[in-house]
Amino acid sequence: MKIKIPLLITFITGLIIIVSEFIPAQPFPKISTDLETWVMVIAGFAMLLGLLSLFKVNILKIKFKVPNWQYSIITLASCAIMIALGLLWGTDKQVGILGHGEGIQNVLGVKPFDYLFNNIYQHLAATMFALLAFFIASAAYRAFIGRTAESRLLLIAAIIVMLGRTSLGSWLTGFLPDGSFFHLPNLAGFIMKYPNTAGQRAIMIGSGLGVIGSSLRILLGIERMWLGGK
Amino acid sequence: MSKIREPLDRRIIFLLVFIGVALPIMIKVGLPIETTENVEMVYDLVESTPAGSPVLISFDYDPSTKPEIHPQAIAVIKHALKKKQKIICMALWPMGVKMCEQIFNTLEEEGIKPVYGTDWVNMGYKSGGAISLKAIGADFRKVFTQDTNGTLVDDIPALHGVRSLQDFKYVMSFSAGVPGIKEWVQVGHDMYNVPVSGGVTAVSAPSILPYVNEQQQLTGLLGGMKGAAEYEFMIGVPGTATQGMDAQSFAHLIIIILIIIGNINYFYNKKILALEEAQK
Amino acid sequence: MISFFETLGVWLGALMTFAIFSFLYKDNPFYKVAEQIFVGLSAGYWFVYTIYNIVLPNLIIPLKTDFSANFLLIVPGILGIFMLMRIIPQTEWLSRFPMALMIGSSAGLGMLTYTKSDIIKQLTATMMNPFDGGDWIVILGQTLLILGTITGVIYFFFSARHKGFIGVLSRIGIYFLMVSFGGAFGYTAMARISLLIGRLQFLLGDWLGLIHP
Repeated sequence: MKIKIPLLITFITGLIIIVSEFIPAQPFPKISTDLETWVMVIAGFAMLLGLLSLFKVNILKIKFKVPNWQYSIITLASCAIMIALGLLWGTDKQVGILGHGEGIQNVLGVKPFDYLFNNIYQHLAATMFALLAFFIASAAYRAFIGRTAESRLLLIAAIIVMLGRTSLGSWLTGFLPDGSFFHLPNLAGFIMKYPNTAGQRAIMIGSGLGVIGSSLRILLGIERMWLGGK
Repeated sequence: MSKIREPLDRRIIFLLVFIGVALPIMIKVGLPIETTENVEMVYDLVESTPAGSPVLISFDYDPSTKPEIHPQAIAVIKHALKKKQKIICMALWPMGVKMCEQIFNTLEEEGIKPVYGTDWVNMGYKSGGAISLKAIGADFRKVFTQDTNGTLVDDIPALHGVRSLQDFKYVMSFSAGVPGIKEWVQVGHDMYNVPVSGGVTAVSAPSILPYVNEQQQLTGLLGGMKGAAEYEFMIGVPGTATQGMDAQSFAHLIIIILIIIGNINYFYNKKILALEEAQK
Repeated sequence: MISFFETLGVWLGALMTFAIFSFLYKDNPFYKVAEQIFVGLSAGYWFVYTIYNIVLPNLIIPLKTDFSANFLLIVPGILGIFMLMRIIPQTEWLSRFPMALMIGSSAGLGMLTYTKSDIIKQLTATMMNPFDGGDWIVILGQTLLILGTITGVIYFFFSARHKGFIGVLSRIGIYFLMVSFGGAFGYTAMARISLLIGRLQFLLGDWLGLIHP
């Protein structure tokens, strides 16, 4: 029961979604739409599961005092504060348990949840990814070497695109006549529109076939890893 | 003693990149901005959509990619509002809801004040990715029962006449990954035949470009900050993307110079090593 | 007039920015604290928005307002609770039922969408007359597009040995993929620099007030 019923549900669900696409007559579209909204709700719960898991992992770290366990307190505290503020006074136009918290809003300028998001979270997330600018420059210097014909091709394409996709490219070859193929933005555009699209399309077709194959294996119950590796 | 050249210290590279970005932000150079075909296609789609048409804008990004995508969304929304289209916002990423709110707050500060509920509405976030999109395609009101204020969907004037995805004149997805513009193409356009367009991070632009084809799976594409700057240029309202273009150019130049130095060093060292080997 | 809390917000933002940037020097407690705050706030945000945007409007409110019309929503409600049971080892198996629904629908939809959008439509878009379209640039481009797509797909076809004619074609395919990766690298560099620009626009503009529009 613990294995066969989930496999049966998977097969039937997949079949309903596929059949509803080919048979537009009721009740198939209705069943399919109902099913999709159910999945949407369940996906919401899956996100809540992620949160529970985060709590579990960090509580265990604190309990067993694993190295750097102190940081787990910060994770849990910041998460709990965000949840409490969001549920008590809501977010943006969304009302919370205690209403909109006009008094606090008058002081902070926005709701407390939004204050944390705007002034702390937003900057942390943006900086985390901005760090990569430094590392990509360092990696380009160290590893972007034209050792072989293939890597030289990659290098040349990258340099043309990097120049052509900025204002610098327009300025550098701005003296060329309008619409010239060798004007850097045009050259970069050509690379992206034709050879790049060809390469990416080949990858897309290849991975598309892979997705279809693995989907079929899942629906037919051949692929069962998601059940827990048994 | 070996004449091998040691690589530059990574901290020097970091400093070079920092200066290369910081200086042009403070000292305007004003390099030219040229528009490209893909951005013009997005512009034409918004431009040719009649006033009063409901259009769906999906915020599928978060603050980590805000400098690239936010200016794209601002520019397109300004254009759509100017054309008096009814903007229905939604999000496939939870933080997309906030991105939408921030844009309309910014617009209000700039003196652009569309009426909430009539000119625009924020329907919030839905999980499930492509599955939710399929449900939205069939029955918009079943998925979005209310907006972020808690107003029931039947009481929102901007949504009068909207039953399914096909009632929207176009879908614009501002996307930083999955779920995002790919799912919109696969479901929105290829299943429900709604014109789909939008903007992506420069990282994902190359893999999304094959959808811009004769089948019109995607009607144009804004790629990264450059795409946003081009759109700002086309609507004649420069913003943060335009402001960042000089810095983008100089930083690219620094990376290219670093690549050239790295290659010169490599081939020089290779030659020296070969000579030393021969001497031994 | 700018309020105290508005100024404090900008300073907090700058502090967080420097905390993360400190990683450029080396990993340090300042960075680790910021990293954990990032994880905590992010999880908190996701929780709050899932409750307000999905659990309430798509489950609780419809059941509360019109139970008889929406009674079927009890099913995803129960399955959702089963999903949460995954956290307890003894009841973990219950989560297989909601997982089955999610995976089955994703696999079913995946088969449809990938067949249509990523294979049929892509092949159709490639089946063009390369000489139809005007100047030599377009003709060259379209020829490259057709050649690159076919040879690229051949490169990914591992059921045949890449020798002889197939080997030549797959070699050409690699060249196209390399150009494509070059373009992708250029775009990736562009993306990362844009994010740094965004950060410096904040630090130099909002925080230090050195940029004036």
